[in-house]
Amino acid sequence: MPSTTSKTAFTTAWTPAHPALRDPALRLRVFWALSGLALLWPMGVLSEFKPWVLLEPGALKPALNFVGAFFPPRSDAEFLTLLLRETWRTVAMATAGLALALLLAVPLSLMSVRVLSLSSLTGRMAMGPSVLRQGVRWLLLVLRSVPELVWALVFVRVVGLGPTSGVLAIALTYSGMLGKVYADILESGEAHATSSLMRNGSGRLQAFFYGLLPQNAAELTSYTVYRWECAIRSSAVLGFVGAGGLGQLMDSSMKMFNGAEVASILLVFMALVWLADRMSAALRKNLS
Amino acid sequence: MRIFYEGYNPVLLMMVVLNAMTGNHPSAKPGAAPAVRAVSLSVAVGEQLAIIGPSGAGKTTLLHLIGCALKPTGGTLELDGQDPWQQTRRALQGMRGALFLAPQVPPLPPRQRVVTAVLAGRLPHESLWTSLRSLFYPQDIARAHRALAGFDVDEKLFDRVDRLSGGERQRVGLARALVSQASLLLVDEPLSALDPTRSQHAINTLTRAARERGATLIATLHHVDMALAYFPRIVGLRDGEVAFDLPAAQVTPAHLRALYAQRLHELTGPAGIETDTLPGAPAPAVMHCR
Repeated sequence: MPSTTSKTAFTTAWTPAHPALRDPALRLRVFWALSGLALLWPMGVLSEFKPWVLLEPGALKPALNFVGAFFPPRSDAEFLTLLLRETWRTVAMATAGLALALLLAVPLSLMSVRVLSLSSLTGRMAMGPSVLRQGVRWLLLVLRSVPELVWALVFVRVVGLGPTSGVLAIALTYSGMLGKVYADILESGEAHATSSLMRNGSGRLQAFFYGLLPQNAAELTSYTVYRWECAIRSSAVLGFVGAGGLGQLMDSSMKMFNGAEVASILLVFMALVWLADRMSAALRKNLS
Repeated sequence: MRIFYEGYNPVLLMMVVLNAMTGNHPSAKPGAAPAVRAVSLSVAVGEQLAIIGPSGAGKTTLLHLIGCALKPTGGTLELDGQDPWQQTRRALQGMRGALFLAPQVPPLPPRQRVVTAVLAGRLPHESLWTSLRSLFYPQDIARAHRALAGFDVDEKLFDRVDRLSGGERQRVGLARALVSQASLLLVDEPLSALDPTRSQHAINTLTRAARERGATLIATLHHVDMALAYFPRIVGLRDGEVAFDLPAAQVTPAHLRALYAQRLHELTGPAGIETDTLPGAPAPAVMHCR
């Protein structure tokens, strides 16, 4: 009878005759999946996540009006000149901020990388270096946990309105991020080449330049370019608090509900991100 | 005890003495039997010694213990009368600079060029500034070329390491040992990826180079006939203990059969590459998307 056979097939598939053939990971997987959902539910409630509000006509209409004004983007010569100047200023801000961030991030990440520890070549890391590395990690944590917007608000009060405060804000937050991720990248790669050099008596910096850096150069480069892209985006946000550049331009256009100008600025952002993407791909191709 | 100082790197003569030295393979579980047990050995300056034995006998661990890459759990190591583990960290690093430990898997970053990878053998004897300049433009191309020519890979001088075959990489790793100024060369399975002709050539180059500069040479070898042909002194290691320590001429087939008992197939042909390089802590998962 077909029904009985299918039933037996079903039971044999789900409860194998041999208990050892049951995947022991199943219960744990189900447990974690359920607890993930259980955690997510109160978060949705807390964050007032009600996507259906989006579709209410009263909310939808002004938004659609604003977006509708995007077309056509403003493209007269006067605005384009302004746009070009502010774009250049934004790129300069992001680049200068990232360069300053590198000045801080590179030494800090080298100080915190465990792979470059001489004492941990054999056994546990010595007390002093271990405390120093942990301290540097905490410093990086402090640097990156303060949002660049907050730094910018601080610096706008110190150096006044303009790109300088944006540059300094990006430099501080990004040094924390870059330092942490550089250290993570350097530690996650294959350490054999580096540890062999140190085991044969090389200095730590020599081992870095001859072992660790060539091993991880491609990933470090592509991450840095990606961060440059992020710096361009965050310079837009910083413009809203008076740090200059495309962000400030966008702020004034938004306040005047000038959708055409906002659209042009957004197109420039897309072009910049595309440029960063191409640059990263080209650099990685060069390095591999 | 004669030590000359060149910078802070003591130039040692490298007499090696092991007193009942015991040590664990670094990936050994706690409580496991030590891989090297109470080994006593004395190697004179300029002597050449081959360590043979079945796989798992503790050859690699012993080599790493001598090379200050592993701290012994018992007994002592003396390099020119000094216990490296009694020194300050800086002095220990200086002593490490006077020896060269070539692991079985050549430690070459894939994206590095061969010339740079070879010249990295000179790092302990160079200032940071010189080594940085050497990254921009290799400072001693002729020396790297000479070392590579000794192993027939000189035509790969400016190629990248990841373009090389396994055997070529191993020979590049040996060339790195040749350019180092170390007075003690510790070579782990230098022939594991080489064919017989290349093996003979490589071991010839290695022993001759060590003789020319008066360096002490200790190699672990799977190829028993190579060890007997090229090394004057043979140490047979079995289960972490010295089974015999004899001049090559006095090693009889009976010795070898006893050493390789139950593993006679390894006596006739070398076993495959053991991947018993020193593993550190397991690397954390790579985050590709940040």
